[in-house]
This record gives sequence, structure tokens and C-alpha cells, in this order.
Amino acid sequence: MIASAQTPALRRFLGLLPALAVIGLFMLVPVAIMALYSFLEANPFGGIVWRFSPEAYVQFLFERDLADNLVFQSGYLIIILRSLGLAVLATILCLIVGFPIAYFIARQPARHRNIWIYLITIPFWTNQLVRTFAWIIILGRNGTIELPFRWLGILGADDTLGLMYTDFAIVIGLIYAFIPIMVLPIYASLEKLDFRLVEASADLYSSTFETFRRVIIPLAKPGIVAGSILVFIPCLGAFIQPDLLGGGKKLMLGSLVQFQFATARNWPFGAAVAMILLAFVVLCLLWYAQAARRAGAQSGALAHA
Amino acid sequence: MRLLVASAVAGLLALSPNAAWSEEKLFLYNWTDYTSPEAIKKFEAETGIKVTIDTYDSNETLLAKLKAGATGYDVIIPSHNFVPILIDEKLVQKYDAKALPNFANVEDRWKNPEWDKNQEYTAPFHWGTTSVAYREDLYGKKLESLGEFFKPGDKAAGRVSVFKTPEEVVNLAHLYLGQKFCNPDPAEMQKVQDLLLAQKPAVNTYSSEGMNDRLINGDSVISTQWNGYALKGRTEGAKSGKIVTYAYPKEGVIGWMDNMMIPATAGNVENAKKFINFMMAPENMALQANFTGYAAGIKGMEAGLNEEMRTAPEINAPADVKIVFSWACDAPSQKLIDKVWTNILK
Repeated sequence: MIASAQTPALRRFLGLLPALAVIGLFMLVPVAIMALYSFLEANPFGGIVWRFSPEAYVQFLFERDLADNLVFQSGYLIIILRSLGLAVLATILCLIVGFPIAYFIARQPARHRNIWIYLITIPFWTNQLVRTFAWIIILGRNGTIELPFRWLGILGADDTLGLMYTDFAIVIGLIYAFIPIMVLPIYASLEKLDFRLVEASADLYSSTFETFRRVIIPLAKPGIVAGSILVFIPCLGAFIQPDLLGGGKKLMLGSLVQFQFATARNWPFGAAVAMILLAFVVLCLLWYAQAARRAGAQSGALAHA
Repeated sequence: MRLLVASAVAGLLALSPNAAWSEEKLFLYNWTDYTSPEAIKKFEAETGIKVTIDTYDSNETLLAKLKAGATGYDVIIPSHNFVPILIDEKLVQKYDAKALPNFANVEDRWKNPEWDKNQEYTAPFHWGTTSVAYREDLYGKKLESLGEFFKPGDKAAGRVSVFKTPEEVVNLAHLYLGQKFCNPDPAEMQKVQDLLLAQKPAVNTYSSEGMNDRLINGDSVISTQWNGYALKGRTEGAKSGKIVTYAYPKEGVIGWMDNMMIPATAGNVENAKKFINFMMAPENMALQANFTGYAAGIKGMEAGLNEEMRTAPEINAPADVKIVFSWACDAPSQKLIDKVWTNILK
């Protein structure tokens, strides 16, 4: 009875409805609430006052002096830059450690690969907090690393290597937490790599490094980009590692958001910081889409060559 | 005998028309894990009043619930800094704790407290302190001043732990600098900020968890600490010969006290008074203290306390210690605290 041309579209819509509902309910609605809160006024006892105010965003870069003039202040900008710096560093190190692992796995006989992948994903089954606490035991005073030094008498009873509560400890914690999500996408693209191309490159008198730079890297690029994005984003918002391993001495974006909601009772500002964090994430994803498109075009060109 | 009196009173109450349905009930709204089941059982046996307990996990929750119009609670136990807020919001009623027979047991220093100057709305419950704890064996001497925490010498440099709660840390700084809490004066807050920034190179963590772990394994020599946790740290450390000591610096310590109050909407006011009177009896408060591990301002509790509670220096603050109570700060001074904190951690 109903025009039959509409039916497939309707059916498609109905089929997608559960997915749309889940995305709408669990992603769009919370983000919309956060965006709304970031434009409201803070209630001094926590919560919000239903009155429009851009104050939360102004507060990010400026503070009001006693005469109510806006004065530039760099505090929060430094926190953003530090979070960015640490996230970039952790991502690069994850890449440096993760790429050889992924390459190694990709070169294994097919029946062994799954075991290696399985081993890589095992830590994911344990709570991240517990895994981070484990590093306190490893790096801490009288911890696993210090014990041999103590037995050999290099470290006295009250001496320490001072590994804990440093940026070093934070980066170790971040690499450990996120390396599986770097390895898996790189492995996925290396697995598809036709190793005859590597051999051909060697036959054409290319050095190992040249082969690596001009053949392997370009072909693995989608995986490298995906892995880097997947590591970079959670590192940017991380607050467990900076708090537990770094001693919470320097605020990160993640800790700043948590602080605004839990302690400072400034929900709009917390929401605004979260929106700024989200903006960075969206920028990264846009860049990824761009890079993926270019990589696609490149590998297409290679195939034609 | 007491049971007889209680039932006689209950019988009399039953004569008043609208009490008929409510005389045997009491609704207690208290912190989680903060009510001794033994004490409640005893109260029920003595008075025949059936107690129903509901719990909250923060003063903010209690306030929000009462403000949202929750009725039916007969006794609530808020912290001292929320007492003025509850009174201002007209969420609680006067009940003259001084007229209750067991009020005579209250230690003099807890009578007419700052937050209820005429003792019209409150009766004291548990109290505790915030100060610093230190590894006496590593430090080599008694810690006598907060200056040793804020400006640590060689023994403690790089091994100082500080809470992650700005209010408590800023209050400790106020104590050391001799300033008043919730300070709205930017010049005074600048001094607090300078003090904390100068301390920062000597700090290993800003955290409100794991204080005892770090003290016992030697990561920290001095750490901000709550008295109840310090007691646990001392007993834990003693097992491996480490000496964790809770300090009572000459500048004083920060105090908190929970109070028994009756909400404005209480349906069983007489039962609420009976309960409050019951809890102020030393033998009953001792049951409660043994359960929670906190001190209470009631005289003559010693006989009922267990050995650990009776002797712990963390719980039994010396009588001459200055205890300064913290306040819920107003918006302007709270903003300054947040600003100082961001400047320290940025």
C-alpha cells in the first residue's frame, strides 16, 4: 500500500535505529549536556546556575583583577602544552617500541601470529588502575628494580634510585598502558604488506634503511597513523599515571577537569576544559582522515607503478 | 527499671493524639559505616523504639537531600562546617541539648562550640584532627613545628607528601602563618602561595591516598595525615620496626566535629531527643567509638573503650593542643584557594 520505493529506505533506517539510538544516547546527549553546562554559571556549592555565561571559556586564558579588568594568564595554557608535550612524547616512544614488535609478529609464521597477538592483548584484561599500581611496586623505593642494587650494596639502606614520582615514571606508565593499541593497527597493515616488495627493493640495490624508509613505512602508514591517534588521544586526557606515578605534582588536562568537578566545585569550567580537550581530539581525527585519504591515494599510485 | 520508665514515657506519649503512630520509631540519617550496630541494639532494647538507618557519603549529599524536601529523618549527623548552613537554610530545629540529662557528660571544651554558640541546635558526636605524620626513626627528632613540614631540612627534602585537597593544605599554611581560615585577603593568600611554591621542590607527591604506604616504605619522611589514618599507620609500621608518629605542632592542628541535629521536618522529635541523650552516655558513646575508631567529647568513656582507643596518642590529643576548626568557605575565598592551588600545580 505504501509506496514501495520508500520501503528500502525506511527499512534501512529501522535497521540502523538501534545503533543511532546508542550513539545518540551515550555519546551525543552527554556531549550536548557538557557543552550546555560549559556556558552556564557555577553555583558556589557545586552544580550550576541556569544563566548563560561565557565566563568558563574566558577564564581559560584571562583572569579578572581586583578592578574587574581581564588580565592574560598563562596557567591553563601551560597545562595544555604540558599535556600535549607528554602525549606526543609517549606516542613517539610507543611507536618506536611498538613498530618492531608489530613487524616481528607480522614476520612470524601465520599459525604463531595469533599467539603473539593474544599475548599483547592480555594486559588489557586487567584494570588499568591495578596495572598502574603495579608500577609503583616495580619503580618505587625498595621496589623490584632497586632490590638487586640493594643486595649488591650499591644502594644503602636509606638510598633510592629516585625513579618514582618523576616524568620518567609517568611516561613509562603511559607507554605500558597504551602500547597494545599502537601494536595492533600497525600489525594489521604490516600483515597485508606484500613482502615481495621488500625483496624487490633489496634486489634493486636499495640499502636496508632505504627499503625501510621508502617501502615499509609508506605501506604501513595507515596503521602507524591509526595507532598514533589511538595512543595520543587517551594520553592527552590521562590522569591516573600523572597522579599515581608522577605524584600529581603537575596538573594535566585530565586532572584539571577532575579537580574542577570534585574539588573546586566549578562545573562550567570543568565542562569547558573537557570541551577544549574534545576539540583537540576532533582536530586529530580530522587530520587522521586527511592522512588516511592521502595514504590511500599513495598506495594506489604505488600499485599502478 | 529503666525499661519500666521508658515504657511509662511511651505510654504517656501514646495519649497525645498525633504521636500514636510514631512513638515507637526513629529514623536516623548518618554517614556510611558510622553507626555502631551494638549501640543501636542497646538503644532499641532500652527504649523499645525501632531505629531505621539511612546513610549518606558527604555533607553535600545530606544538604542536597534536605533541601530537596526529604522528610521523615529524626536525627542527622552533619560536620561542624555544615551546621551554620543548615541553620541558615532553616532545615533544622532547636532542641536545647543542655536540658538533656546526659549533657553533663560532655567535655567542657566541646560545650557551646563556635558553630552553635548557645548549644541550641547541636550535641557533640565524633571529632578528629588533621596534621602531619612523620617517620621518627628517619627524621631523628621530634617534629615540633609546621615550619619543618613547609620548609623541610636535609632529612626530609624530596620526601614530603602533601594532600591533594586544597582546603586542607591551605588551612595548614594558614595555621603556620598565623592567619585566619577562608581568607579573602589577596595579600595574605599571596603569602600562602609563596610558602607552598617554596615547599614544592621538596615534595614528592600531592595525594590524599597511600600516605601510610609511603611513610612505611620510606618514600616520605613527613606527610599530611588524618589522625585516624595515622593510628593505622603507626600499628602497621610497628610490625616492621618503622616508627610513624602523628605530630601535634605548636601552631596547632585542624579539627572537625560531627554533631547530632534534629531536622525541621522530624516526625519523632521526642524519640530523637531520647536517642541524642542515649548517645551522650559514656558507656554508649564508647560502643560507638570502638566501632568507628574516632574520639568523642564525652567524659568517662575510658572504661568502655578498647585498649587501642584508650591509649592511642592520635585519638587522645594532649589537652594543651590548639585545635582550629575549618569552615566551609564563601565563594570569594574559595576562588582564591582554587587560584593558589592551580598556580602551585600548573
